[in-house]
Amino acid sequence: MGRYVVRRLLQMVPVFAGTTFLVFFMAHALGDPVAALFGDRAPDPATAARIRAELHLDEPLGTQYLLHMGGILTGDLGTAFNGRPVTELMAEAFPVTLRLTLVALVMETVVGIALGVAAGLRCGRRADTAVLAATLLLISVPTFVSGHLLQYLLGVEWNLVAPAVPTDASLTDLLLPGLVLALVSLAYVTRLTRASIAENVRTDHVRTAVAKGLPRRRVVTHHLLRNSLVPVVTFLGADLGVLMGGAVVTERIFNIHGVGFQLHQGVLRQNTPTVVGFVTVLVLVFLLANLLVDLLYAVLDPRIRHV
Amino acid sequence: MSATARAARAATAAALAVAAAACGGGSAADTEGVVRASWGDPQNPLEPANTNEVQGGKVLDMIFRGLKRYDPVTGRAENMLAESIETEDSQTFTVRIKDGWTFSNGEEVTADSFLDAWNYGALVDNKQVNSYFFQYVEGYEQVHPESGRPRAKKLSGLTRIDGRTFRVRLSQKFSGWPDTLGYPAFAPLPRAFFDDHDAWLARPVGNGPYRVESYERGSVMRLRPDPDYPGDDRAANDGVDLRVYTDNVSAYTDLQAGNLDVVDDVPASRLRNAESDLAGRYVDQPAGIIQTLVFPLYREEWNAEGAEKVRRGISRAIDRETITRQIFAGTRVPATDWTSPVLGRDGGHRPGLCGDACDYDPAAARKLVAAGGGIPGGRMTITTNTDTGSHRQWVDAVCHSINKALEKENACVTAPVGTFGDFRSRVVGNRMPGPFRAGWQMDYPLVQNFLQPLYYTGASSNNGGYSSRRFDTLVDRANAETDPAAAVGLFQEAERVLAEDMPAVPLWYQNGSAGWSERVSGVRLNPFSVPVFEQITVNGQS
Repeated sequence: MGRYVVRRLLQMVPVFAGTTFLVFFMAHALGDPVAALFGDRAPDPATAARIRAELHLDEPLGTQYLLHMGGILTGDLGTAFNGRPVTELMAEAFPVTLRLTLVALVMETVVGIALGVAAGLRCGRRADTAVLAATLLLISVPTFVSGHLLQYLLGVEWNLVAPAVPTDASLTDLLLPGLVLALVSLAYVTRLTRASIAENVRTDHVRTAVAKGLPRRRVVTHHLLRNSLVPVVTFLGADLGVLMGGAVVTERIFNIHGVGFQLHQGVLRQNTPTVVGFVTVLVLVFLLANLLVDLLYAVLDPRIRHV
Repeated sequence: MSATARAARAATAAALAVAAAACGGGSAADTEGVVRASWGDPQNPLEPANTNEVQGGKVLDMIFRGLKRYDPVTGRAENMLAESIETEDSQTFTVRIKDGWTFSNGEEVTADSFLDAWNYGALVDNKQVNSYFFQYVEGYEQVHPESGRPRAKKLSGLTRIDGRTFRVRLSQKFSGWPDTLGYPAFAPLPRAFFDDHDAWLARPVGNGPYRVESYERGSVMRLRPDPDYPGDDRAANDGVDLRVYTDNVSAYTDLQAGNLDVVDDVPASRLRNAESDLAGRYVDQPAGIIQTLVFPLYREEWNAEGAEKVRRGISRAIDRETITRQIFAGTRVPATDWTSPVLGRDGGHRPGLCGDACDYDPAAARKLVAAGGGIPGGRMTITTNTDTGSHRQWVDAVCHSINKALEKENACVTAPVGTFGDFRSRVVGNRMPGPFRAGWQMDYPLVQNFLQPLYYTGASSNNGGYSSRRFDTLVDRANAETDPAAAVGLFQEAERVLAEDMPAVPLWYQNGSAGWSERVSGVRLNPFSVPVFEQITVNGQS
């Protein structure tokens, strides 16, 4: 187990280097950011040259990458164009997005698995059909539609919540955005759980457990669910990364100053330090989430052993 | 909805633990007379000479007052801190500052506050994007050379005479120069700006009707009236909270829900319903912005003999009326000259100056294009960035209009560019394959600002590479003219040259729009489409 973890952590190094390399070059492919700083006016060459020199944009691309990586290793992630260090932006954005992700993840796990189990045990009956139809609907409605709709109904028409989240974004402020963010994944979790439960209900060990006369509750939680959760956990693990980095749409709708907002801003203003810095952290989140998922397999299914 | 139903719903909400606190807006006592307005994160640090977009401009307009100020209604430059600005030859100006002005930290505003600020703004080492504002001052090339190190630290054209007087010598005659001084780049700066720059940026100190009470970067700036402000445009409210929104749609929704008081950028998708959504609490008024289609005259095929006929033909093939109505819900007005209605007739705006070259007439368009040898290569693209505004939509519509008028399926297609930055670097790098979109927001309400930077040979924003000796001569003469009316006449004569050569097709004048809540009144926009915050009153507050 320990050796497995160490090996996985070591494997992350080349993956990490490769992704930052790609991100850095893709951010540069967007073109020269300096012209945009001057709006609709041609940049005056002297000032533009100074700004380029400060951002090392006048160096060859390879040198720029090395300088940037050197900065990352010493904790200096560069500055955004408005003069704020990227680390400061991160310290502000990541906690907010993390809270949003947690709200969404809890919602989709609890509701998704509960609905999935309920539907899976009633396979083919009316309740099951209803859940299938509802989740199909959720999957087919894009986030920006459900987001704007719920925001308008709950925020403007019925005045139940503030449509825009204040900047400190407490957990309660994030309930509605979290729900919107969770909706599509919730539908997937439900369907995955349902399919897995429906399949495992007919397996030998479950039949044995029932025949032993165990209470139904214990059969479901210990014998059926534990086995059925492997695909669901895989999905949730990957979803953690997606939710952390992919909440751009939800964050825009609800005015959440999180990772999605900073990334969007960074891409639009073509600020390489912001984009590379944030994506670097997201890459780490993805890698760690994947490791966590792989370790969870062993917990859920004792037949899986990591050596 | 009835009051009881609302109460019941609110109770349900509380029961659901959907934070009732989220609906309120902080403690009532000290925010009662405060206006809550939408804001965007400023692009550059908030230095006067480093701010060239409207979000940073909003703050500068509240915390700074310069020698001149543009009247929020007429746009005319009026003396603010200037007691007098005198000149005999339109080249050397003597500026005298009024007595009794202080910065909000108590420091007196003196001649040095201006001279230090201007020297800072012009010096290339400080990397200020608005440095070019000082380009007419003598010695600019020394402190801001095209390349290499500066040869001087201070503008040689600036001389201090006494504590409240200084002299400015320009490198050329420019009779309208005093009228440019209302731009924030010319604002005075306190010593604190130079002594502890980082602290100043964290909480800027100026000499305007508001002072910055607190500034949480990226989220909110709280501005409160400066009790010792000596000007006559004192704040009529108890302060302004500028809140950063990530998107203008969410700001607009917050306004509808009553959590915000002023939105100065109504999203395009909501324009059509804004009037009824907000029950008339909506204003839509001319802003100093014109949108044009510029031809790359650095390309031979667009600059050949007779190509001006093609350019005029393309102008006549664009149905401005329909496009502005359908896409912009009337918030843009078809352009018939190269300036803006905010200048007013006296200021040099002359509707119809473009003549029939700006009238939609498909038959005439076909004839002109054919007479000029047809569209170069039989096909053209219109390049635009697609990340902001509704540029993609209207460029598609313009192309559609041209194709229909010329009765050709693919005479014109849109060439999209992903980001504004990439688009601008291609534009300034002369890498446009065909006509491209150009928006121009005036720096100051002078007809000169709509013509010289854009069409004068080699000018800073002459991105199409237009060059006409006739045009240049007329502009030079206009700048040297001391009588304002005569100067305007000469500028308009220069504009007639544009109508013949058509280096850029005037498309439409852009309006600014704002919406407000039931809590406030007196909301209007200045000619730069920034709300005049000091005039906004909170209802029920004296």
